Amino acid sequence: MTTQTLPRIAFFEFTSCEGCQLTVVDTLQAHPELLNVVEIVQFREAMSERGEDYQIAFVEGSCTRPHDETRLKEIRQQAKIVVALGACAHLGGINAIRNRQPLEEVRQYVYGDKADWFDTYVARPIEAVITVDAVIPGCPIDRNEFAMAVSHLLQGRMPNIPDYPLCIECKLMENVCMFQRGKACLGPITRSGCGAICPAYGDGCEGCRGLIPKPNIESLKQVLREHGMSEEEIDAKMTMFLTYQKMRLEEKR
Amino acid sequence: MAVERMTVDVHHLTRVEGHGNIVVDVVNGELKQCELEIVETPRFFEAMLRGRPYEESSHITSRICGICAVGHATASLRATEKALGVNPSPQTVLLRKLNFHGEILDSHILHAYMLVAPDFLGVGSVIPLAKAAPEVVLRALRMKQVAGDLCKIICGRHTHPIAMTVGGFTHFPLTSELEALHKRLVAMRTDVDATVELYSQLPIPAFERDTEYIALHKDDEYCFIDGVIKSTDGGEWPIEDYRKVTNESIVKHSSAKHTHNQRDSYAVGALARFNVNYDQLHARAKTAAAAMKLKPKVIKPFYNTAAQVVEIVHCLEDAISLTEQILKMGVRAEEPVPIARRSGEGVGACDVPRGTLFHNYVIDKGRVVGANCIIPTGQNLANIEADMRALVPTILDKSQADITHMMEMLVRAYDPCISCSTHLLNVKFE
Repeated sequence: MTTQTLPRIAFFEFTSCEGCQLTVVDTLQAHPELLNVVEIVQFREAMSERGEDYQIAFVEGSCTRPHDETRLKEIRQQAKIVVALGACAHLGGINAIRNRQPLEEVRQYVYGDKADWFDTYVARPIEAVITVDAVIPGCPIDRNEFAMAVSHLLQGRMPNIPDYPLCIECKLMENVCMFQRGKACLGPITRSGCGAICPAYGDGCEGCRGLIPKPNIESLKQVLREHGMSEEEIDAKMTMFLTYQKMRLEEKR
Repeated sequence: MAVERMTVDVHHLTRVEGHGNIVVDVVNGELKQCELEIVETPRFFEAMLRGRPYEESSHITSRICGICAVGHATASLRATEKALGVNPSPQTVLLRKLNFHGEILDSHILHAYMLVAPDFLGVGSVIPLAKAAPEVVLRALRMKQVAGDLCKIICGRHTHPIAMTVGGFTHFPLTSELEALHKRLVAMRTDVDATVELYSQLPIPAFERDTEYIALHKDDEYCFIDGVIKSTDGGEWPIEDYRKVTNESIVKHSSAKHTHNQRDSYAVGALARFNVNYDQLHARAKTAAAAMKLKPKVIKPFYNTAAQVVEIVHCLEDAISLTEQILKMGVRAEEPVPIARRSGEGVGACDVPRGTLFHNYVIDKGRVVGANCIIPTGQNLANIEADMRALVPTILDKSQADITHMMEMLVRAYDPCISCSTHLLNVKFE
């Protein structure tokens, strides 16, 4: 097969830690065969070659400044398929925590009277700006899910990302429930598919894969109260990764 | 005759973490402009932490950087622990050190093989390298896999760690996992030796410029976590006095702040640690340094990657011995040490792959009310620009393409981690 016939893919990053792209590099450790089925034309973190004729764009990071919008729209115009890679692109991620405070205060806290030098606004997922065809959730993405998603995309279908709560996966893993261990967990309202890795390593789910389609947030809050959490603690727990989604839900109400 | 005008303009430098530009403007042989612009979006981590429960700090700040996630988590935990009066157990200290070696190994292997080596082998990235020299790339991937699996058994994953918490861990490796890891670490010596051999043959540019090097230091070990701040210009500072050393300032062309200490700029990272802490290196690491003709004080910035290779040897050897110590003690599933108070201030410092990292928190009744993070790449920016200003006049006889490439290699040698430093890199020649 010649390289001309391989699907051309590109990686882009906006406001993020680039950990999801690193996870892509890690995926290649276990799945080097992926390199035989696609042609990577742009991946700034890992390569100097730069091609603009991509068909599938993987976008990591949140939109946090006007300049990002222009670039996102260019990517959307070129790519047949745009995939949001990880929680920052998918949900606004932890970047959206700052949306809870007035922006001016945030800028001045970090850059003082030089705050005006650096352009920024509210942190948003990329779907707030462009149409997104598929999502690979998580902070960071799960490498097996990434390999599976690429394989699905190459077969011409959208990645099959679970929409049931994490609790189901966690039970299948035979983890002891975090509530039994005296810890708070967002498993009941969070999308599955990570292998319940946080509970497996002794920490409650932080919601990095986003809310399931019909989350019963009020019921989970009640459970958290019954486990002795204050309203403030519950609010913090629910806003590490879910600030943007939660604010949107509240606006609708 | 000097070329009338020579400009270099690298927009979004590749093979680095984050976004930076290199801008150089030479008119009639005179350097008019020479800047490393940091165009990464501001991240505002310090502001994000304000008001959050102290337990979240390490989980939020590990998200500053996908490459140094364990380093940020460790510095964050140390800051919180000092603020709230927590002394971690000897087992926690050993597990954190071992985990930290996993990150240094992973990051240095990534940088030495995938980001820097293509420059010396005349290719644009590791992908053509994989076709031209598959054994080299497979070696890197094999070693990275061991480093990643090391972090996995201790904290769940390298990006972003799960089981690390204030006062200890929430998960513990099984004896069988540590035994299997020990075997793989011992077997990794062959690949590490081949890495030293590779880097003793690469034509690393010999450009020199003397500067101040700063690293964390302990008398009895090659220091990555805690210790004191030490300079090659003389002087030691407790880490609580980090502001006296870093002197952060804001410059217009960079969303990452600049720093200076006893000169106009200083350097942190593998070469700085090598220069400050050579005596504490493992004997095999000293042998590797000799093979690459490195003897402190090394003032060749391009040799930072060679110093990383020395550290790869050191960290592998120390990881082997730590694994043995931990196996000998036997791992106990212990509860994290509880906090002694709910309010206080603390500074945590670690020497992460790219240099010295500080986290400073003020906590009031269990909530973070003040936070400051000083990132290695931020500390290197002023020094990189000083190197660029010294280097450009010495290479003006070369073609613009060669000068551009040399500047890119210089910046890349520092292994900049730009999304970290804004809490950036792009080479632009105008």
